[in-house]
Amino acid sequence: MSAYFSDVLTLAQKDLRLELRVRNTVPAMLLFVVSALVVFHFALPAGSSDLAAKGMLWVAIVFTALLGLGRAFVAEREQRLLDGLLLAPCDRSAIWLAKTVSVLGFLVVAELVALPAFAIFFSGIDGATIAGVALADLGICAVGTLLAAMAVAGRARELLLPLLFLPLAIPIVVGGVGASVADDPGRYLGFLALYDAVFAIISWASFEYVVTE
Amino acid sequence: MSTSLRNNRVPLAAGLAFALISAAIALVFFYAPVDEDGLNQKIFYFHVPIALTAYACFIWGAWKGLMHLWKGKPGADLESYVAIHLGVIFGAMTLITGSLWAKYRWGHWWLWSERQLVLFLVLFLFYSAYFMLRFSVEPGPQRENLCAVYAIFGVILIPISFLAIRLANQYIHPIAFNRHGPQMATSQFATFCVCLAAMLALFAALYQFELAGKRLDEKLRELRELLA
Amino acid sequence: MIRARGLGRSFGAKRVVRDLDLDVPRGGFLLVTGPNGSGKTTLLRLVAGLLVPTAGELEVDTTRERVGFLGHEPLVYRELTALENLDLYGRLYRVPERRERIGMLLERFGLWDVRNERADSFSRGMLQRLSLCRTLLHDPELLVLDEPFNALDEEGSSLLDRELAELRPGATFVVATHDPDRVEHLASDRLAFA
Repeated sequence: MSAYFSDVLTLAQKDLRLELRVRNTVPAMLLFVVSALVVFHFALPAGSSDLAAKGMLWVAIVFTALLGLGRAFVAEREQRLLDGLLLAPCDRSAIWLAKTVSVLGFLVVAELVALPAFAIFFSGIDGATIAGVALADLGICAVGTLLAAMAVAGRARELLLPLLFLPLAIPIVVGGVGASVADDPGRYLGFLALYDAVFAIISWASFEYVVTE
Repeated sequence: MSTSLRNNRVPLAAGLAFALISAAIALVFFYAPVDEDGLNQKIFYFHVPIALTAYACFIWGAWKGLMHLWKGKPGADLESYVAIHLGVIFGAMTLITGSLWAKYRWGHWWLWSERQLVLFLVLFLFYSAYFMLRFSVEPGPQRENLCAVYAIFGVILIPISFLAIRLANQYIHPIAFNRHGPQMATSQFATFCVCLAAMLALFAALYQFELAGKRLDEKLRELRELLA
Repeated sequence: MIRARGLGRSFGAKRVVRDLDLDVPRGGFLLVTGPNGSGKTTLLRLVAGLLVPTAGELEVDTTRERVGFLGHEPLVYRELTALENLDLYGRLYRVPERRERIGMLLERFGLWDVRNERADSFSRGMLQRLSLCRTLLHDPELLVLDEPFNALDEEGSSLLDRELAELRPGATFVVATHDPDRVEHLASDRLAFA
């Protein structure tokens, strides 16, 4: 058991270290999310409510996450580095978990900028929204990492990932927007937790099959 | 696995489907009472069975996917693909009949308050992406695994999306259109059941037919390989 | 140790390995030759466990942590240093006395001086040597080497010769090469792809 988690830690550390060296994914995500928020300002005509803006926040988060997820397995595929990980005795699902953790880290960093930016450009963020973002991030990264591994197995991988991801992201958006705007955020947060639990488990269990050639 | 038409179930399934569909059409137009909505309510007799059959296709496809991953059954991948392929066709029909029904009843081609329709739209997008996935990966063990996993994700997405859409309606459309409840008169219910049976039989027939064709293709390919 | 019956592997419609029977005993050395694209790499990847067969059966009587694979790609992260790369694999393979073993291997392959350099500054030959360190790091009992002398200069090649000679008695080998004369004396079995 502890060997499993030490593998996850080793792999996650590797991803973080690579990002710190190369520094291309996180800055891109940061810039993207702020640019997106600016675009949304121009996309919301006069008379649009605060609530419409809150909805747009979730669109920004989903597409920023897509940007990060698109980079997740690129090195592993281009240089065949996934072979190196698959040869190792570690459990395949540990690779998934480590990648999910590192993508989650990048997304959280992007949101640490995005949420204050949103509060400045549009309106304040309450606790329910933050809780929604936290729960949604888990779901996005869990499912997204698995789908990124799928997309990278084929041709046209940059095109494929958004197509695979968006239908599965719809419930996340519903949960998140609901938590931000509804009077009773608890129900939506509960739904997000359900989504996270269900999809994290099946992603964890099925990763092994996705990487078998 | 015999590919001869005589030895597989295609003629039987096709015959059954033909009989049931004829019976269904007869019942819908001559037996079932005309509702206050008028003739357009008859679409309902097709729309809902088609929708239910589409669900059946997706569930069957996910089951075959699970069999492929778990039991390693040969041929399960092809069966899963055919089921999902048909599911997308039935799903498209669901969207079309549902849209027609909405247009004639409410005057709009699309109603976001119609939860079933919205669910089908999401599923249609999801399963269309299945084909993008399938045809961007080279045939082989990995493609079979990917498609099986995706099919299983789909079937889990069905209830989750349904819940999501319900929750979404609460902050998008607090006021919903009234719609008919599921209470039906006996004659309506009987007609409905025959239509449902007809659609399922149609699925079964198309499924067997397409499978037989694809298995034949595979056999031909194998033979060509052996001769080469 | 390796047993194949009717082994086949296709990629799409293309059958690359077809109906192969193989028996490699423990301690054997299988020398695989053949032109480019004939299926050598595919066979080695099958034996290493990176590919699953699409036909027939293949039994490899060892666990993943005792297999060392050297492929066409060096399998090292370009932005990490030599030391960091080997440390990563050392952790994943749970190599005992990791630091000492890494140091020893780097020295044996003449990479000690560049241990803190990033792999993207390495020449092709140095990458191959680093990849060899990675392959041997966890003391494997089955060595699957795909054209190991590729990109190595005179010095690198003699280092590898020495290593192979030393490891020969304690391990089983499957080696594909364009230069069979070099390792002919070590081989116990030969397989030629057409």
